[in-house]
Amino acid sequence: MTSTGEAVQFWVLAVVAVGGALGMLLMKKAVHSALCLAATMLALAVCYMAQGAVFLGVVQIVVYTGAIMMLFLFVVMLVGVSAADSLKEQLKGQRIAAVLCGLGFGVLLVAGLANAHLRDFTGLSEANAEGNVQGLARLIFTKYVWAFEVTGALLITAAVGAMVLTHREKVRAPLTQRQLAAQRVKDNIQVPPLPAPGVYARHNAVDVPALLPDGTVAEDSVMGTLRERGQVRDVSQEMLQRMAELEETTADWLGRPSSARPQVTGPRQALETVPTKDKEEAE
Amino acid sequence: MNSLIPLLVAAPLAGAALLLLGGRALDRFGHWIATALAALSFAFGLALFADMLGRDAEHRAVTEQLYSWIPVDGFQADVAFQLDQLSITFVLLITGVGTLIHLYSVGYMAHDERRRRFFAYLNLFLAAMLVLVLADNYLLLYVGWEGVGLASFLLIGFWQHKPSAATAAKKAFIVNRVGDMGLSIAIMLMFVEFGSFAFQPVFATAGDASEGKLTAIGLMLLLAACGKSAQVPLQSWLGDAMEGPTPVSALIHAATMVTAGVYLIVRSGAIFNLAPDAQTAVVVVGAVTLLFGAVVGCAKDDIKKALAGSTMSQIGYMIMAAGLGPIGYAFAIMHLVTHGFFKAGMFLGAGSVMHGMNDEVNMRHYGGLRKYMPVTFATFGLGYLAIIGFPGLSGFFSKDKIIEAAFAKGGTEGWILGLCALLGAAVTAFYMTRVMVLTFFGEKRWQPDAEGNDPHPHESPKSMTVPMVVLAFGSVFAGGLFVYGNSFLHWLEPVTGHAEGDSPLSPWTVTGLATACMLAGAALAWQMYGRSPVPVKPPVGSLLTRAARRDLLQDDFNHAVLVRPGTALAATLVWFDSRGLDGFVNGLAAAIGGISARLRRIQTGYVRTYALSMFGGTLVLVASTLLMRSV
Amino acid sequence: MNPANYLYLAALLFTIGASGVLLRRNAIVLFMCVELMLNASNLALVTFSRMHGNLDGQILAFFTMVVAAAEVVVGLAIIVSIFRTRHSASVDDSNLMKL
Repeated sequence: MTSTGEAVQFWVLAVVAVGGALGMLLMKKAVHSALCLAATMLALAVCYMAQGAVFLGVVQIVVYTGAIMMLFLFVVMLVGVSAADSLKEQLKGQRIAAVLCGLGFGVLLVAGLANAHLRDFTGLSEANAEGNVQGLARLIFTKYVWAFEVTGALLITAAVGAMVLTHREKVRAPLTQRQLAAQRVKDNIQVPPLPAPGVYARHNAVDVPALLPDGTVAEDSVMGTLRERGQVRDVSQEMLQRMAELEETTADWLGRPSSARPQVTGPRQALETVPTKDKEEAE
Repeated sequence: MNSLIPLLVAAPLAGAALLLLGGRALDRFGHWIATALAALSFAFGLALFADMLGRDAEHRAVTEQLYSWIPVDGFQADVAFQLDQLSITFVLLITGVGTLIHLYSVGYMAHDERRRRFFAYLNLFLAAMLVLVLADNYLLLYVGWEGVGLASFLLIGFWQHKPSAATAAKKAFIVNRVGDMGLSIAIMLMFVEFGSFAFQPVFATAGDASEGKLTAIGLMLLLAACGKSAQVPLQSWLGDAMEGPTPVSALIHAATMVTAGVYLIVRSGAIFNLAPDAQTAVVVVGAVTLLFGAVVGCAKDDIKKALAGSTMSQIGYMIMAAGLGPIGYAFAIMHLVTHGFFKAGMFLGAGSVMHGMNDEVNMRHYGGLRKYMPVTFATFGLGYLAIIGFPGLSGFFSKDKIIEAAFAKGGTEGWILGLCALLGAAVTAFYMTRVMVLTFFGEKRWQPDAEGNDPHPHESPKSMTVPMVVLAFGSVFAGGLFVYGNSFLHWLEPVTGHAEGDSPLSPWTVTGLATACMLAGAALAWQMYGRSPVPVKPPVGSLLTRAARRDLLQDDFNHAVLVRPGTALAATLVWFDSRGLDGFVNGLAAAIGGISARLRRIQTGYVRTYALSMFGGTLVLVASTLLMRSV
Repeated sequence: MNPANYLYLAALLFTIGASGVLLRRNAIVLFMCVELMLNASNLALVTFSRMHGNLDGQILAFFTMVVAAAEVVVGLAIIVSIFRTRHSASVDDSNLMKL
């Protein structure tokens, strides 16, 4: 039996840990999942310390929460921070089967624990008599020294492996800005600078594309990475609508007859960016 | 003296080994070595014969144990030779006639570039035959038996460049295998029944075995004898065997090979005496073959094939006599010996004729040769008179005794056999007179050979005529010598036993009948072929003639009854193999392939599916572990 | 309170992690779920250590952490390189593991 203080602590931490885990599982965005997991890990770190594993608790915070989770976040940023999973399951029956398996496994584990003889807790007061870190060090550098050395080799291998996997061989020297400019002129595809992203009264972010004079989106005005992630916010519709309203108001104020006003029904014609060439061919 | 017995075999065997291994160095004089060794073997035989004569009848049989061949507990096979009156008779016939044939071959094969090899095979033939007749157990006899088969294969197919010779050799070998199978089964049966296959214990305990088992052994031995001695139904190889060089035919027909069957039956007399059913089978086979061979001999225009038919018929006589039991054993052997003389003489004569006629074998292309080949004519003629049973010559006495013995069998059986034998004698006289007349009498019907050379018949060299003369002497006098005071009968009696049957006819009556039949047959042949010109092209002939020209349809029979069903069986098995077994295997493969193609759909390639199955598997494992713990 | 409750908590977390591996498609979240499972087992190991009164369980948890760190490094490197070539972090987009 433990002290009441520890019981209270446990229940608090357990709620945090499980909540974090469920949040990780259910959050649509990876970055939220990562944050939830960090919360769970912190809760677990406190659990370790409460159970006498002070060293492990600190390691959990420093290595796991500090290093590994940051690595996760770093990769999440690389891949696209706002990219969200669609909730539509693509594999037939996967979700039901997964939930069933998970429930079954949980029931099995809990039932196994309930049936196990778990009454006698020796406690670590004796083992931690000269300090938890000293006790661990004694074991690591005597009994488990071979495993320790092997894990060192494993870490080196993993580091080298990660480098090899992410390293991109450069077959020639990168082009300088001058060379790129010369190339652009030579190819005569996009000689002037690319258009800037749209800057409007309400939207002035880099993910908002500029609009061309006919109201269509200028694709080149948004950076390629965002286009690839599908994180472009197309505001053309909204802008055109507002221009139409402005024209209407102007006409009202000038007192023009309705027949003299430009006929606009629904979205503007220009928005249906259908190339005239295709139309002719279709006819 | 007994130590000479292995040397009997060793001499020709050493000759064969020497000539085969010696290489071309021996090409020039190898044939003389072979002949000398054959003669040496004959000399040993004579010495042993003289030694045997010096002992009284009870102590004449001797056994010489050479070494223990397969000494296993309960299975003792020895290389041991048994020399008794029967063996020595065969030894003298084989080595004597064999030596003369060697001598003859020196002249006959003078121009063959593979002469050394030929003589090696001849020596091998003699050695194998000597092992066969000297063995004191059936297993060693089997070795000789197979050796004879091998040597005959090599010699019949000696001119292997001719497809017909190669085929004939193969045929002889394969047909003989059927007989060999019979002998091997007989040996196995003996071992199972008597626990031994040596002559002594088998014959001593033969009485303890049931008659059914003895009959089975006897029938298997008969099958073996049929194969080796060319008896119905395994006779088909003999005619084709004429593809070999003529001395080989002489050797096969007179001294070795075909006599082995007769020897086997006479030697196994103790078994046959106790198995009357097997004996009946032997008699029937002999009688049928006697007439079969004679009819075939009548229709053949090829001189060697006519003689082959004759051999078949004469061996039929011997087998029939051997099947008569103790009444006939001695006479079978007596006829065998006299037949050895005159048939060897006639084959050598036929070879001499062919030698002079550019290897022509068709008798319709002969005629009038007596003036050109006087020695051949004289020796062949004496052999002819002997075989048809002209009174006073050897065949007369030996055949007469067999006919008497056939009548002496008694009852209806005796009458049938006797009449068959008499009919055979008449037919024998007919076809032999036909051969004689077509070859040596009448006008010349010589034809140019394939290259357009006209034949210039001439007498053969001394090395060929001398053996013929010697054999002619044997043909004339052997019979008289043997029957004088029943000396041959008394000589063999300790081995074969003898019993007098009760013949319904007196010996003189039988002799008279036989002589009359012989004269009638000869007269008919003279009437048909001597009095009127013989057409060079054979007339179409009656149905029987045409059938006889085709060896009484024996090959057609074999083909229809054995070859075609065999081929069909093989085709069926091939079909079964390719469709049934392969189909099963292929079907299995296709089924697995199909199932796999369907199972492959489980492999979606999505890592989460795999994770799910892993997790499910873990679930099952944990669940079963907990379940087992709780149980 | 019975310290065995820590084990129940570990079982619950492990189950959530395992379900997440099966349910989520984003490779990064998938890895987070694996990490959660490893953490759950670490918690169980620490509790066992306390139960038996020796530090071997903690040593094992320590090694688990090391292995988890190595695994994350390599795994994230793989994710990055896959993302570079396929422009997607979804594990369902990579289904070449079939014929």
